[in-house]
Amino acid sequence: MADAPNQSSAPQLSAADVRKVAALSRLSLTDAQVEQYRHQLSSVLTYINRLRELDLAGVEPMAHVGDTHNRLDQDVVREPLANSALMKMAPQTMPPFVKVPKVIDDGGGA
Amino acid sequence: MTMDAHDPSMMTMAQQAAAIRAKTLSSRDATRHALNRLAASEPKVHAFLQVFEDRAMEQAAKVDAGEVRGPLAGVPIALKDNICLNYGRTTCASRMLEQYESPYTATAAQRLIDAGAIVIGKTNLDEFAMGSSTENSAFGPTRNPWDVSRVPGGSSGGSAAAVAAGVVPMALGSDTGGSIRQPAALCNLVGVKPTYGRVSRYGLVAFASSLDQIGPLTRDVTDAALTLEVICGSDALDATSAPEDAPRLVDGLETPIAGLRIGVPTQCRSDANHGAVNASLDATLEVYRRLGATIVDVDLPLTDYGIAAYYIVAPAEASSNLARFDGVRYGHRAALGPGEGLIDLYCRSRAEGFGPEVQRRIMLGTHVLSSGYYDAYYNTALKVRRTIKGDFDRVFSAAGNGCHVVLMPSTPGPAFAVGSKTSDPLAMYLEDVYTVGINLAGLPALSMPAGMVRIDGVQLPIGMQLVAQAFDEATLLRVARMFERETGFTRARASV
Repeated sequence: MADAPNQSSAPQLSAADVRKVAALSRLSLTDAQVEQYRHQLSSVLTYINRLRELDLAGVEPMAHVGDTHNRLDQDVVREPLANSALMKMAPQTMPPFVKVPKVIDDGGGA
Repeated sequence: MTMDAHDPSMMTMAQQAAAIRAKTLSSRDATRHALNRLAASEPKVHAFLQVFEDRAMEQAAKVDAGEVRGPLAGVPIALKDNICLNYGRTTCASRMLEQYESPYTATAAQRLIDAGAIVIGKTNLDEFAMGSSTENSAFGPTRNPWDVSRVPGGSSGGSAAAVAAGVVPMALGSDTGGSIRQPAALCNLVGVKPTYGRVSRYGLVAFASSLDQIGPLTRDVTDAALTLEVICGSDALDATSAPEDAPRLVDGLETPIAGLRIGVPTQCRSDANHGAVNASLDATLEVYRRLGATIVDVDLPLTDYGIAAYYIVAPAEASSNLARFDGVRYGHRAALGPGEGLIDLYCRSRAEGFGPEVQRRIMLGTHVLSSGYYDAYYNTALKVRRTIKGDFDRVFSAAGNGCHVVLMPSTPGPAFAVGSKTSDPLAMYLEDVYTVGINLAGLPALSMPAGMVRIDGVQLPIGMQLVAQAFDEATLLRVARMFERETGFTRARASV
């Protein structure tokens, strides 16, 4: 595979960087995927680094366009979705529980 | 292709609804015709992921029996498959949700159903609405009805193709960075991204929650207005839905626009545009001058930085939203081997369930939010976001340019060949250079047909985009309608 554009400001990700972000993202990747994503993500990061050209002194960050404040609902009981409807979505169940691998003592990783 | 005036595939939604009300067309005939048209075009176009044939015909019969009334009674429509229905599947064109059955219906879909519309199927999209060509679908790409060797745009490419192929007069899409407007431009349709908060996001599978909006893809401006009147308005089920009532839009459409001020960003007259796009921009301005509008040069200095900010904000939000797909509560679950635990379940279910573009965006979002990078990327992008919104505010304000709308191209070029941008994610991202800033600013915008360019012997549509102030969809649609009335560009039909 060809190298990503090698510009001086390029934040070239190493394979270790990609493995780290994949682990944080809870994605298991093959070595070939790590290599492919390393190039593709580096190219995108190089591009978005152009934001560093801007003078943003004194600008407040804006995460949302709305006037976001908490909206209070009337405290009235409404019919919720049936438990059975939610349980039906789970790929593996042991009613009335959703099934997960053993997490105590072993097998849990982190 | 039949050119019969009574052929429902040649009729708009408003015309079909009126004919059904007048009983000159039965809903069963309209729906049957849509299903036949779908069957004929699908092998070439692949716009649909799911068809509800029996259910649609049953609903049509109820309309014909007088049991269902409403402004859209009996008209066949389609929904992008990231909009939940409490029947069938909602797949988001992802292996992750291939078997997912939603227990509830999206508010926008419910309002259309309550208005009497008949949902004949769910349309294809880029997986989780991430893409600009509908090639990122796990279930195969959709083709452009104007030229099946080209993409229909994306991510609402299935909805665009379904309307452009004459299957349905209206399909809902969703627009996070251009996903309604760009496919509308590439398929000669009207596509509207409403003001952020105008349409409830309840039941829209979340991609980037501060940017996502549902909106219509239609053949003409009136149908867009008609749809918005039905789907807009506050919703207790979406805490970000705006308290404003649904606007009256259809009635004001024919109001002349003499005296209106139309801003044109100098940044949009770019050498990077296809020549036909720049020519179409000039021709569009000429039409508006003739209609009595005043054209004003305006400055949107961060136009070339919108994509960079967007590809921080949207993946950041996506990485958080898509964390819910863990193989436990819903979606794909990997089969574990001996000794594998919960973290393996997460990592392998996600690796198997998500396609490459979704994985890239999750990792990109995780990276820009991670310790040590948050300020350099995410916080910087949020400052750019405020600056972009401020620039638009200045263009619209009386103290600034005093413009009623801004006009610019919807895309830098016409539909591109299938496969031509799939290996270079960045090239694909740049397709949205003129659309993403509007999502960051939360403004309403519309793409409208603005002529054709002949390439390799094929006519390909060009789209122009109008942007208005927040909650001023009425002006947006009226300005588009006056152009439509003057040019007739929306009457051109693909011949697939």
